[in-house]
Amino acid sequence: MGGGVLSFDPVIARARCKRYRRRILDLSQNVSALHIGGAFSCTELVDAIYNEFMRKGTDGGRGPDTFLLSKGHGCMIQYVILEDHGIMPHVELESYCTPHGRLGVHPDRGNPGIEASTGSLGHGMSMVVGMALAERGRRRDGVIYTVLSDGELQEGSTWEAVLMASSLKLRNIVAFVDNNDFQSLGRTSETHPSLYPLAEKFRSFGWEAGEVDGHDTAALCAAVAGRLGDRPFMVIARTTKGKGVSYMENVPMWHYRAPNPEEYKRAVADLEAQP
Amino acid sequence: MRNTFSEALYEEATKNPDLYIVVADISPAGSMAKFSSEYPDRFINVGVAEQCMIGVCAGLALKGCQPFAYTIATFSLYRPFEMVRDDLGYQNLPVTVVGMGAGVIYSTLGGTHHTQEDIAIAGAIPNMQIIAPCDPLECTEATRWCARQKNGPVYLRIGKAGEPTLTKNAEPWQFGKVRYLRRGTDVCMLSYGVITRMAVEVADRLEAQGKSVSIVSVHTMKPLDREGIAEALRRHSHVIVIEEHAPQGGLAPQTKQIAWDIRATCRLDTFTLQDAFIHNYGSWEQLLASHGISPDRVMAAIT
Repeated sequence: MGGGVLSFDPVIARARCKRYRRRILDLSQNVSALHIGGAFSCTELVDAIYNEFMRKGTDGGRGPDTFLLSKGHGCMIQYVILEDHGIMPHVELESYCTPHGRLGVHPDRGNPGIEASTGSLGHGMSMVVGMALAERGRRRDGVIYTVLSDGELQEGSTWEAVLMASSLKLRNIVAFVDNNDFQSLGRTSETHPSLYPLAEKFRSFGWEAGEVDGHDTAALCAAVAGRLGDRPFMVIARTTKGKGVSYMENVPMWHYRAPNPEEYKRAVADLEAQP
Repeated sequence: MRNTFSEALYEEATKNPDLYIVVADISPAGSMAKFSSEYPDRFINVGVAEQCMIGVCAGLALKGCQPFAYTIATFSLYRPFEMVRDDLGYQNLPVTVVGMGAGVIYSTLGGTHHTQEDIAIAGAIPNMQIIAPCDPLECTEATRWCARQKNGPVYLRIGKAGEPTLTKNAEPWQFGKVRYLRRGTDVCMLSYGVITRMAVEVADRLEAQGKSVSIVSVHTMKPLDREGIAEALRRHSHVIVIEEHAPQGGLAPQTKQIAWDIRATCRLDTFTLQDAFIHNYGSWEQLLASHGISPDRVMAAIT
């Protein structure tokens, strides 16, 4: 069930993620604000899902697996990956958040490659459960991948669905928590210390769970490939909000802001200087 | 009505392997036992988790299935409202949200179990369609239609048990069109849902007084058959609306809007629940009467 893990090349994955972050930085210059911090924290997660885990279709088209971004505000990374795959037209990204385009700050079903409209937190996991049920009902082996935010784990509706996913034995769900430890008003670990340890919570709800460095694609691949696969699987991905640009890392202001031209230059130089 | 709902849904499930019912610890009686034993993979009980119920239905529909969400009306629409709005309305998915025991049918359970404003709330959501059958036969027609439609979400407002049959000799049921249960020339009763039985009782009394009375089931509350209602306003000298719903957002204000738009000249009387919670208990009829809706009160007001 691990997809293309065997062909994994860490150098290629790093280069891809750097290219995706650079594309988001470039696009940031077209708008007054965007969710850059939360897109950078889940860059390796969404990259691994699209480029390592999800199986390609036989004719290079749509494969059997599905990705739903539960933390919809991170969708810049999804947009640029869909563009990289030739699914999202270049012109759509260039007209992001303008009257000429159709892409906004949150993903909207009907746009190329977007499986569900998210943006309001706590909706994704229940839809993932429904999708996984439909796959099983049709005797298909499609895997449903999703990425949740850690703040989203405060929504009761998320836990309703977590409880059902394991009770229904939906082993075709592979989920990731983008555990960047930040939400709008501060550090999640400070406002909600009782949320931790996370992996144990999911295990106690009947899930298989692992915890890895969410910016280490090799570790993400190993975790997903090594899962037992007899129940839903959750990866607690330790991530850094704003990862890739030093001055954005762990600075709450970069949750929703676009760098000015000077900051943009510094960000690009910083990103490009990284290995 | 819930029995005929489950019988119709079971029949549809035998024909459509993609039909699911997702319930929240409340199950329709009757044929639902057959459904759950013959198709256990398509009968999902999420437990007391209504937000999950709606989200799971959305996920099923996103994969092309035909899901029904089912519980008591307050919990199918109010508790998971944002899921109904975003997951079903915004994404325009063909999910039927069944509100069972709607209105004040749960007459002794208190305000937490009453839906006095559900038509207004569901009707405010873009893409949402609303059907409120008036009797078990109409409930069967509506359920079949919901099981086959791909337009978008439906709020199916149904009763509970023991509703009399009102539509045996009515014209055929058609989604989006008002339906005459009886055609007259003087007075027209407009109603929908379980309380239509009271409209029939009032009509019988008026006929005993020598009036010629039409009875119309406005079963599709959204999209409302504006032309059908306009026609009723034009063809009768007296139109009476009876509904088990708050004064805002239901059939009464919409009929008045249409009457204004077409410059109707008929007399128009409306009877609705009040804009107030109900803190008293008793039978369904007694609760309605406490808000001013009973055959006697209606007769006194119109004659």
